[in-house]
Amino acid sequence: MFQIAPRSPVYDVVVIGSGAGGGTVTKVLADLGVSVALLDAGPMLDPQKDFKEHMWPYQVPHRGIGEGGAGYFGPTPWAFGYFSATSGGWQLAGEPYTVAPGSKFQWFRSRVIGGRTNHFGRISLRFADYDFAPYTRDGLGTDWPITYDDIAPYYDKAESFIGVTGSKEGIRSAPDGIFQPCPAPRVHELLVQRAAKKLNIPCIPSRLAVITKPTNGRPACHYCAQCGRGCVTASNYSSSQVQVFPAMKTGRVKVFTNAMARELVTDGSGKVTAVSYVDKATRTERQLRCRTVVVACGACESARLLLNSKSGSFPNGIANGSGQVGRNLTDSVGYSLGAHIPALDGLPRHNSDGMGGMHLYIPWWLWDAKNKEFPRGYHVEISGGFHMPGIGSFNGDLRQQEGYGKDLKDALYNRYGASVSFAGRGEQIPNENTYCEIDPDVVDQFGIPVLRFHFQWTDNELKQAQHMHETFQAILETMGGTVTRPKPNFLTGQGISTGGEIIHELGTTRMGNDPATSVLNKYAQAHEVKNLFVADAAPFVSNPDKNPTLTIIAMAWRTAEYLAEEMRKGNV
Amino acid sequence: MSETSRRDLLQSIALSVTLGPLSLEAAQHVHGLAAQAKAAGVYKPKALTSHEYKTLQTLADLIIPADDTSPGAAAAGACEFIDLLASQNPQLLAIYTGGIAWLDHSSQRLNSKNFVGASPEQQTKLLDLIAYRKNESPILGPGIRFFEWARRMVVDAYYTSPAGIKAIGYMGNTAVAKFEIPQEAIDYALKRSPV
Repeated sequence: MFQIAPRSPVYDVVVIGSGAGGGTVTKVLADLGVSVALLDAGPMLDPQKDFKEHMWPYQVPHRGIGEGGAGYFGPTPWAFGYFSATSGGWQLAGEPYTVAPGSKFQWFRSRVIGGRTNHFGRISLRFADYDFAPYTRDGLGTDWPITYDDIAPYYDKAESFIGVTGSKEGIRSAPDGIFQPCPAPRVHELLVQRAAKKLNIPCIPSRLAVITKPTNGRPACHYCAQCGRGCVTASNYSSSQVQVFPAMKTGRVKVFTNAMARELVTDGSGKVTAVSYVDKATRTERQLRCRTVVVACGACESARLLLNSKSGSFPNGIANGSGQVGRNLTDSVGYSLGAHIPALDGLPRHNSDGMGGMHLYIPWWLWDAKNKEFPRGYHVEISGGFHMPGIGSFNGDLRQQEGYGKDLKDALYNRYGASVSFAGRGEQIPNENTYCEIDPDVVDQFGIPVLRFHFQWTDNELKQAQHMHETFQAILETMGGTVTRPKPNFLTGQGISTGGEIIHELGTTRMGNDPATSVLNKYAQAHEVKNLFVADAAPFVSNPDKNPTLTIIAMAWRTAEYLAEEMRKGNV
Repeated sequence: MSETSRRDLLQSIALSVTLGPLSLEAAQHVHGLAAQAKAAGVYKPKALTSHEYKTLQTLADLIIPADDTSPGAAAAGACEFIDLLASQNPQLLAIYTGGIAWLDHSSQRLNSKNFVGASPEQQTKLLDLIAYRKNESPILGPGIRFFEWARRMVVDAYYTSPAGIKAIGYMGNTAVAKFEIPQEAIDYALKRSPV
């Protein structure tokens, strides 16, 4: 039974969500002297206790496959493996979502301080200048209300503060930034680079949110390759360790954990006066009063909160006069392909761990090509090397290598570290059949109406995935590998990732200059509600071939500074 | 690595921030201790009978045998891993109970001895029938299916054990101050590479 708790003090700002967007806003505001209440739907994070960094597989009796060998029979409870720092997954008990008939979509949610930044791939790419004017360029999608020059100073701030590796390359599709040195390429990456060069494809040092020099009290990377398990030394970026914990030390931030936001409460003037939430531990209904609110729950969850905040002034959900809340949803196009590379057979053993991710990557190289079969582009992520063996590490080799005994043992030794694979991450263009809305029939365990997803790829994306396959096959074959997977029939929907699978969902409260076609203004402030801001990837107008986290941080930083200034002026 | 040792390693990493180069010696020491901790003691099967367990040990060592530089799968603890999981999962236990019975029955028909009692040549001859997909037939099907399970889990268990990790040559999961790739490895690959 829900109970209403007593009234709270009035916070300058209530931030909902502690991921890349919420973490950035909290840190920037706290540093500017603003008091913040930070809500997250999950528990506090304790890196020393929660992260499984440096654990060997044999330190767990089931070695990561799960009790009873669960992973041999189906999915384990751990979406990215037992040792990953994920807290959450594709399904959360008691918190469902639905998918409309004819659509496929999966939604990854991480309920914990830091959210998905505790385990994410750390890839940190600036959008290119042309990414902000996609409509002007090819007549598809919509232009942003801001340009690269508007956001560039915030990319500088973000990179300087969180630390990003890279090198100056002068490539238009991959603007240079403020970089820390990237560690040396691994052997397989050097082979990829040589093959790519032969095919006129650039292959350059990686841009990862990993520090290779001590930065702001954080020690440099110790090269254990386990970023995905969470880094106890905070040598990579997570909003929890790099922003939320330091912000808490200012004394201006109060954190509310296990606080599931239900709705934004408005007064007669249409301003947000409080955030109504469920304290999960006690199942108590509570309110936090605020002067302003920053919604940063992750694009889809943010849209859900706005759509569920219905009132006389906002019958279709707060700030949704345009009807655009939940629309323009996109994910990245994903496709992967790998092969065994005979040149790497029996490679002399060495420690190739390095950062938790590639040391070289392939930025999009055909940005000015004419007569392409599809619009926009993709970048390519590279994997290979001697990884710490885990359950299933040798499945691919076992498929290729029948038999047993000394021959098998020798073959596995020879093939270890001799596989290379590529993952493409490309741009989806918003389409009218891809969006999320409130399911009128389903609520979660707190009685909060849930999202229903609609998702369709178009030929734009299917052709792009096909191009990925052709590129990957060409590079692998140039390296001497043989691709054994038959080419999927892309145009019928085979091969391409499932919507949501790449976990780059965004666009659901897009910004724009026209309140009739956008939810937020160019500072991510709601057109209709001056004290409501959104600071995750929901304000994005397009989803370029660059993983969104760095841009979420840069945009949130800009929004936080604007908000603080507007508060100082008494405008919000 | 015990929780305490892991904390020591992390502390040594944290210390290195102020003291300069990482205490690699301390880190390696901790990793070494972890490897030793597992070795001692005799395992009592929780799910399989002693005959089944002995058969599994024989099979595991046929799949991944000892050689000059590394132990076989049984000595590396592969059967403990399988038995432990089977004790938690009746479906998995049934795969091993049934598979081992199939192996014994087939060995009896071929050699008038159960699998463990058969000679190494007889054991190998039987495995040669079920280790290759080309032999797929209604008679051999159950054996092929069981061998796939056993091979996969023995390989998983072996190469996630301290001995198997050493055998495959994984040299990471350690703290290093500067990431470098030995020139020898680069030269080896470039010499063999078509590009």
